[in-house]
Amino acid sequence: MKSAGFVYHQPSSVDELLGLLAAHEDNRILAGGQSLMPMMNMRFVQPEHLIDANRVDGLNYIREESNWLRIGAMTRQKTLMQSDAVTRHCPLMRVALQHVGHFQTRNRGTIGGSLCHLDPAAELPLISLLYDASLTVRSAAETRTISASEWPLAYMLPAIGPDEALIEIALPVGADWTHQGFFELARRRGDFAIASAAVLLSISDGIIRKAAVALGAVTQTPCRLTDVEALLVGQRADAQTIAAATAQAAKIEAFSDAYYSAQYRQRMAGVAVERALNAALGAPDHG
Amino acid sequence: MDDTRAIHFTLNGKAEECDAPVRFHLGDLLREKFGLTGTHLGCEHGVCGACTVLVDGEAVRSCLMLGVQVDGCEVVTVEGLADPDSRLHPLQQAFAEKHGLQCGYCTPGMLMSLAAFLAENRDPSEDDIRDAISGNICRCTGYQPIVEAALLAAQRMRNASEG
Repeated sequence: MKSAGFVYHQPSSVDELLGLLAAHEDNRILAGGQSLMPMMNMRFVQPEHLIDANRVDGLNYIREESNWLRIGAMTRQKTLMQSDAVTRHCPLMRVALQHVGHFQTRNRGTIGGSLCHLDPAAELPLISLLYDASLTVRSAAETRTISASEWPLAYMLPAIGPDEALIEIALPVGADWTHQGFFELARRRGDFAIASAAVLLSISDGIIRKAAVALGAVTQTPCRLTDVEALLVGQRADAQTIAAATAQAAKIEAFSDAYYSAQYRQRMAGVAVERALNAALGAPDHG
Repeated sequence: MDDTRAIHFTLNGKAEECDAPVRFHLGDLLREKFGLTGTHLGCEHGVCGACTVLVDGEAVRSCLMLGVQVDGCEVVTVEGLADPDSRLHPLQQAFAEKHGLQCGYCTPGMLMSLAAFLAENRDPSEDDIRDAISGNICRCTGYQPIVEAALLAAQRMRNASEG
């Protein structure tokens, strides 16, 4: 359970970091290390070059602008949890962070690391997808932005090249969401989710005008349930609508692993969406 | 590949320096270079919590940090928890009184996690304590005596700071 050998680099600026990525193809960026270090210790990954981003200037910030909440990729999960700006603009991120590992791992773990690792059960990719985040990645040659919906290509495979680094996660602010809810089913506190769901609703006169529904841990990558969103919009915010949304969510094709069958995950997808909607609408769970 | 880096850091209040092999995680560095075997290595992939130490006051898993990353940092291990005159930390005292340990393998991690947690949460509920140690696995005690010890230590620490 010891990492294989590697060449260690400790850049101090983004330009230096990007230069190292361009120069060394077999590389990994070490962010908070709460996923990469276990994978290296177990030798699932053995990068020739390990590029430590922990001393890079200018990647640890939370900035409020008129239309965006901008978060540096190396901002730690603990910092996000303590941020008033995060709680104000993205209240569900604050709620979801309580389910990210344990306080000891949140002291090190970063938002950028979580997005690049892209575990299907991870909470921060789910929340980024829910809020339609915009991600900025840079290589030595170019800077580009990717929408959160285009970020997951496949299982644990984000849309980022080996010479690129995730620099910033920008969350749109000022959307008129009136209700929000999150639910996660896990075996124990801090454990990987079996199913998780996050819901944003905009309700006026008892009618759902706008809806965003994201599901985690059920499919190979976190996903938006656009069919459930379409079903919710225009309906009354009541038990009948929740029941219809739950039934629709439980139709999703789920994956199985050594612990949970596809059938179980599929059922739990419905339960997670139902409970997230109940949390959003302040309704008690009857499940 | 057997690269080393010269690092300087504070370890249990004392300035230290060493040539750290870059592939050593912090737990390895503490045990192998400094002989501080109080930091226990259980799973080495961040699940068991036995290797928890404080880096700049924050509880972290020492198997998930590289030793070279503590250059310039302040590190506290379980050996640094008691007073210099060897009086036990209130947590250690409460663990002894409440039988908060049996085999003792998880104990250093439990103590360091709780030390960091109580520093930021003076008046925790039982549920808060259970949440704080949810990342530390104990195979012996069933957790109940650990929770009781933590609550007792929290109470004594509050009393001491008020008195």
